Amino acid sequence: MENNPYLEVFIDESKEHLQACNDHLLKLEQNPEDLAIVNEIFRSAHTLKGMAATMGYQDLANLTHQMENVLDAIRNEKIKVDSDVLDVVFDSVDDLEAMVVDISEGGTGERNVERVVAKLYAIETGEPVADKADEKEEQPIHNKREALQIDEFTLTVLEQSAEQQLNNFEVVVTLREDCMLKAARVYMVFEVLEQLGEVVLSDPTVEQLENEEFDTSFTVLLVTKSDQQEVASKINKVSEIEDVSVNHFVVSAYTEPQEEAGQEPEPPSTFNKETETAVATKPKPKQEQQTTSEPKEQKQVGNKTIRINIDRLDVLMNLFEELVIDRGRLEQISNDLNHNELQETVERMSRISGDLQSIILNMRMVPIEQVFNRFPRMVRQLSRDLNKKIDLQIVGAETELDRTVIDEIGDPLVHLIRNALDHGIEGPEERLAKGKNEVGSLELKAYHSGNHVFIEISDDGGGIKREKVIEKAVQNGVVTEEQAANMNDKQVFELIMSSGFSTADKISDVSGRGVGLDVVKNTIESLGGNISIDSRVDEGSVFSIQLPLTLSIISVMLVEVQKEKYAVPLSSIIETAIVKKEDIMHAHNKKVIDFRGKVVPLVFLKDILEVPEALEEDEYYSLVMVRKGDKMAGLVVDSFIGQQEVVLKSLGDYLSGVFAISGATILGDGQVALILDSNALIK
Amino acid sequence: MTEEKSLVKVIVFQLQDEEYTIPVDRVGSIERMMPFTRVPRTAAFVKGVINLRGVVTPIIDLRERFGLEAVENTEQTRIITVTINGMDVGLIVDAANDVLDIQEDSIEPPPEVVGTVEAEYIQGVVKLDQRLFILLNMSKVLSGDDVKQLQEIDV
Repeated sequence: MENNPYLEVFIDESKEHLQACNDHLLKLEQNPEDLAIVNEIFRSAHTLKGMAATMGYQDLANLTHQMENVLDAIRNEKIKVDSDVLDVVFDSVDDLEAMVVDISEGGTGERNVERVVAKLYAIETGEPVADKADEKEEQPIHNKREALQIDEFTLTVLEQSAEQQLNNFEVVVTLREDCMLKAARVYMVFEVLEQLGEVVLSDPTVEQLENEEFDTSFTVLLVTKSDQQEVASKINKVSEIEDVSVNHFVVSAYTEPQEEAGQEPEPPSTFNKETETAVATKPKPKQEQQTTSEPKEQKQVGNKTIRINIDRLDVLMNLFEELVIDRGRLEQISNDLNHNELQETVERMSRISGDLQSIILNMRMVPIEQVFNRFPRMVRQLSRDLNKKIDLQIVGAETELDRTVIDEIGDPLVHLIRNALDHGIEGPEERLAKGKNEVGSLELKAYHSGNHVFIEISDDGGGIKREKVIEKAVQNGVVTEEQAANMNDKQVFELIMSSGFSTADKISDVSGRGVGLDVVKNTIESLGGNISIDSRVDEGSVFSIQLPLTLSIISVMLVEVQKEKYAVPLSSIIETAIVKKEDIMHAHNKKVIDFRGKVVPLVFLKDILEVPEALEEDEYYSLVMVRKGDKMAGLVVDSFIGQQEVVLKSLGDYLSGVFAISGATILGDGQVALILDSNALIK
Repeated sequence: MTEEKSLVKVIVFQLQDEEYTIPVDRVGSIERMMPFTRVPRTAAFVKGVINLRGVVTPIIDLRERFGLEAVENTEQTRIITVTINGMDVGLIVDAANDVLDIQEDSIEPPPEVVGTVEAEYIQGVVKLDQRLFILLNMSKVLSGDDVKQLQEIDV
């Protein structure tokens, strides 16, 4: 990657522009008449094209260029926006995305885009986007003859001339079979052409033509100010010419070999109809002439942000934490000295550093929009695939979350949305039969509450059928019938998130492979969050996800084990309890308790953590009830200290992978407390 | 220039009666003994973790690592934080005395028997005036079999 320093910027910006394209395309779909939106898309596509060309990603640039042509035509009201057109444009954005992803993964960004280019081109020329398969089959037959070999330089010339409002024509001249002096005719044709403009390329080459090394027809690329008709009629004045066809040549469609986008050229004798032909060939060194022109000015969509590597923010955060510790000392000293001015200064400093802290924490916060904004696109596609009508509402996209959480939450949400569309919302007929609006509604809602962010995915679909879930769960051995009978609805719904469970009657492409919801649950729990389901038959379901605002600050319960302090993440704690020694029972040589009707094993932290004994045994055991999925355990501690927000720190590489310890934190007094990984303690 | 080139700046610290050296560029800081938090189920010589200005840093008792008898911490006890293979670790030593320049060519291979420390950790010895310094091979001190054991625990 020779452009390494810029690559990252390129990738980021490309993604942004593609996202902008996606967003605006969706808006355009809603208001097909709004040309301002088209302009926005055009601008994004144009910038993207410029960047891709600068970075040397030809395929990317070409496809963007073709897309731009279509957008331009829309903008100039030559093409009407309809869902077919949008489908194709969406497809091309998909391809662009795939290329950018490829580049970001170290690839070359090359991709076979001929299909999409062909479709874009078809739109541009006003052809209906016919059956795609047919199109593909037809193409090679028409156009073998016209497959031009064009090198990049020539293309640049063509591109520039197009930008200068000159016409690029592909002129196919066929001489009469009985033509005696072919070379002479060719010479005459070329003379005409030179008068009209510039011949950029000829196939076969001029040399071959002069030596009569061709059959009866040849093709040239002409850059001219004249229009089609003029060109054709002037060439026609040369005698012994069978026919002449003049077609617009579209540069960007050249990339892929053998494939020609577009339709059959018009019958040679009619020149009054605007026809454009995009020729797709492989670049091959060959050049004849050059024109110069100023590169088109790039428009910048300005937003005042800078990109900062998240590592730097982490360093900043660390430095700040040091500052906070010193601040604490300073406060202590100033209090001890009881010096008025010093105290004032220290107080002021504390306030400022408090503000600073919130700013630093905020810098890591990103609006959840970053995740949400890909969903309208996805829902649109899925609703088409599934033949359902869906109205997606997004609420609270501006809600902010820590960057690390944002990165992780995308996939689970995708899964839940797919699930809602596939299994939740019914097809239009079924909905009408149930007396509902045929358009299903799906709401994606994010909001802050306390130190958590909630994300709710609600649909007004069929809801979850309790009996069906139980039947399936029993069938798959997730629960026994007796257990199921005692469960409340919420518990039953949670069963669908156990592994190996899928209620879909049919396995579809969209969801329902029996893996997934359990993965969703695990991912969310690993982020320190949890997920719950609420559902009513025929009214719909709500999947609600609770996430911590940030991963670096977590809520813990501080406990004492003998004389050592440990922190247990609040997210895994169900409750605390104090039990009498005699309430402890034995099962399989293990100590267990009866906790609300469930047999829960006890984990003696002081044994597991090899804590030196310092305290005498008590009459009572203090228990922290923790859970991992459906399993529970009671951690035996000596005392509860209380709940606290702590900054999560790693133990360092040297001690990575210590049993049952997920990290450490620094307490108010500067002491390090270890954070227990309760998942490791539950077997 | 030529002389400077062959000089190595080292930090000298004491363990029992012997003086050891670590190249100064490996050393982050030298700290007084501070309270630490024991980390359960790690090797015995891993004393625990300390709060080193906001960074949680593991500390190793070098005496225990080298199989020397344990002593009470004194006023002289120091924690030398070093960076080895990208890992930050604090080493508990009896005292940190000095910074020295050592001529590289004066470093001799370790003798067969040097005190009680196993030769594996020793890169070489340097005689300077009447003092004998032991150059430690820090990656061996941290890694080696013990660390592997440590990682096995959580498997």
